[in-house]
Amino acid sequence: MPDITEQLQDQIKTARTEARKLSIVGGGSKAFMGRAIDADRLDVSGHSGIVTYQPVELVLTVRAGTPLLEIEAALAKNNQMLSFEPPHFSDASTIGGTLACNQSGPGRPWWSSVRDQVLGVGLINGTGEKLRFGGQVMKNVAGYDVSRTQAGAMGSLGVLTEISLKVLPRPATTVTLSREMRQNEAILFMNARAAEPKPLSAACWLDGKLYLRLSGAQSAVEATAKQWDIPLMTGGDEFWQQLRDQQLPFFAGDQPLWRFSVNSTAPNPPLDGPWLIDWAGSQRWYRGDAELASMEAHAEKAGGQVSLFRGGDRTGEVMHRQLPALQAIQKRLKHSFDPDGLFNPGRLYSWM
Amino acid sequence: MNSASKPDKAELASMFRSFIDPAFVITDEETLKPYECDGLSMYCVMPLMVVLPETVDQVQEVMRVCHRYQIPVVARGAGTGLSAGALPDAGGVVLSLAKFNRILDIDPMARSARLQSGVRNLAISEAASEYGLYYGPDPSSQIACTIGGNVGENSGGVHCLKYGLTTHNILSVEMITVEGERVVIGSDGLDSCGMDLLALITGSEGLLGIITEIQVKLLPTPEIARVVMAGFDSVDNGGDAVGGIIAQGIIPAGLEMMDSHAIKAVEDFTHAGYPVEAEALLLCEVDGTKEEVQEHIEKVEALFRDFGATSIRTSKDEAERALLWKGRKNAFPAMGRISPDYYCMDGTIPRAHLADVLNAMQDMSKQYGLRVANVFHAGDGNLHPLILFDANKPGEFERAEAFGSSILQLCVEVGGCITGEHGVGIEKIRQMPMQFTDQEIEQLNAVKEAFDPRGTLNPGKGVPTLRNCQEYRAINLKPQAAEAHHA
Repeated sequence: MPDITEQLQDQIKTARTEARKLSIVGGGSKAFMGRAIDADRLDVSGHSGIVTYQPVELVLTVRAGTPLLEIEAALAKNNQMLSFEPPHFSDASTIGGTLACNQSGPGRPWWSSVRDQVLGVGLINGTGEKLRFGGQVMKNVAGYDVSRTQAGAMGSLGVLTEISLKVLPRPATTVTLSREMRQNEAILFMNARAAEPKPLSAACWLDGKLYLRLSGAQSAVEATAKQWDIPLMTGGDEFWQQLRDQQLPFFAGDQPLWRFSVNSTAPNPPLDGPWLIDWAGSQRWYRGDAELASMEAHAEKAGGQVSLFRGGDRTGEVMHRQLPALQAIQKRLKHSFDPDGLFNPGRLYSWM
Repeated sequence: MNSASKPDKAELASMFRSFIDPAFVITDEETLKPYECDGLSMYCVMPLMVVLPETVDQVQEVMRVCHRYQIPVVARGAGTGLSAGALPDAGGVVLSLAKFNRILDIDPMARSARLQSGVRNLAISEAASEYGLYYGPDPSSQIACTIGGNVGENSGGVHCLKYGLTTHNILSVEMITVEGERVVIGSDGLDSCGMDLLALITGSEGLLGIITEIQVKLLPTPEIARVVMAGFDSVDNGGDAVGGIIAQGIIPAGLEMMDSHAIKAVEDFTHAGYPVEAEALLLCEVDGTKEEVQEHIEKVEALFRDFGATSIRTSKDEAERALLWKGRKNAFPAMGRISPDYYCMDGTIPRAHLADVLNAMQDMSKQYGLRVANVFHAGDGNLHPLILFDANKPGEFERAEAFGSSILQLCVEVGGCITGEHGVGIEKIRQMPMQFTDQEIEQLNAVKEAFDPRGTLNPGKGVPTLRNCQEYRAINLKPQAAEAHHA
């Protein structure tokens, strides 16, 4: 695939001249996220392909429109992986969307998030300038960390063109353990296991059952499984993949899906309805109708934040409210990258 | 806006003394003296005054006063920084966070700790150890440096290949904005809604706000750690061996390399048993469960043999592990023994270019007439060339600086960057245009403006003005080597 950065720059400059707003779209698999917006589509899926990949450096540079499947296939050939286990909401899911929406899968507390593994980005700002921040090395503290600031900004700061990432070796062995357990007990249990120096790589609770994944050197995985004395589960890999991609029955249907990012040990908010607890308690999913304000109160009590991840009313706010001072800073930041408010207007917050 | 309304020194001091213990508002030259520099002592400026507030309210009030009169504020932790990031402003206030030294809470279940920003890095792990937990990033200065400074610089250490930098190990910060408002960025959760301001603050060198409190993640202390030391008869072989370990799917907890100059100096100083005849030395630490470490140590030893190691030694117990690390940890003081002064650089490179870069550095060493020794965080590509010089000889420091600048230029040319963990500060501000275009510099300055529209937070550091960039580019283009040679 060719480098179409200049084409994208032209499209942005033209839109700016014509005072049009742009909705940045890669694979389109995360269209359900954020607020509904009215803007012209800027298709970045054509900006695709692996730019450089040096397995022994553990560094990969890709164009932002590259599908996750393509990246993961290239890494697998070298027995490496995207350690943040990005969700594939469809086969078209791209790395750019993954970073913009800060999406990481079940291994996130142990293997880092996409935000953590980003080393550098290329982006086009709202005046059509092509800029580069960070780099292709693991340590780089020159200039502000603009690269990681993109995580969760949902394209409001610019169009990502290139992303450099740290990749990791695939673990030699993986097993899944599972047993029945009540929710509150499971929250404490997962945290207690996470405090042990063992090769835990995922911890989840759903429908009265606890699921733990162990990954690493074969000897360590086997010894830990034996020590913890929880039954081995068959089909574990498929379970974690379905959890990652939100294909488990829990995620089916039209009920609004809420995402809580909270203190891993917090007691679960007293809400009736189905819950799924992931990341050893740090990420919790809830299905049900509710007002954002009341959910925010629950999230704050649990030491974190909430967002209306999927479904429900996408015309109101869907993200946890910001403190006035932080809202002001983010508005000014937005203005510094995108002075005319070209990119994804109102996607993240109505005021952005 | 109106500088005529600015209070004079005495007036400003009495304003501060109205809400800070008068003993902690320092204005006399003798007491100010220790604050004139940080860990990069070649740069010195006497501040107008130093304040040591004891509460967040006091910090907020200091910020409000300084904001009102547009007085520069330079935040300071332990002053161990190596890029003159805490260099005072002659017309400004140094805001020391030395009194913010309390560990507020350790939550062993959630594996996190809340700390005031002046808490020493090592003190966190010491306090967490009773719960079998520790704090990951361990910069060389960890005995003295503060967590607030670590956030300011996004500090690393020898274990960051596996455990990450400061930015990977914090959950939230309490920050006082330039206007004096208190905000919390981040939460107890692993991410927050909106732009990732926590990432932006981390490594911002005190240019965006004053950090007063930090919530860090704690990690379970590994059951065991062992280190393999290997000597190689060429840097190439050592570098290849590093690649070989990664290719095996092993992520060592620490992976350090030293060149022959560093090996000899360190062995003379510490007598750790380093192979002085080797051209390169690798220290590879593996940690984890007992089973995992056993499995990986055997693989690493075999690999080192395959890559032509001339000597291999593996720690059998904690005492031997400490001994093998002793040399590396004392690399900087060891330089102090063979040279009156040394200048530590901090570039990063893709590891594939290691041998070329080290060879080029030896050529530069001849050109500039100064010796250089290298210690290298090999796992993550972070070079620490130590340029040896004598500050008492006129022109030698300038030559060391020019040599350092050439090294950084080389790092950028091979795809690396000018600083891996020490920060830009004032020291590397002239090298920023090597790594960034004018448009990028302008964007970085716009980020600063979003937090600090009047530019009073740590002015003159981190990001140059566009006008200065043009000057620096002109200077950087000059053939410094030729001109420096006669000195």
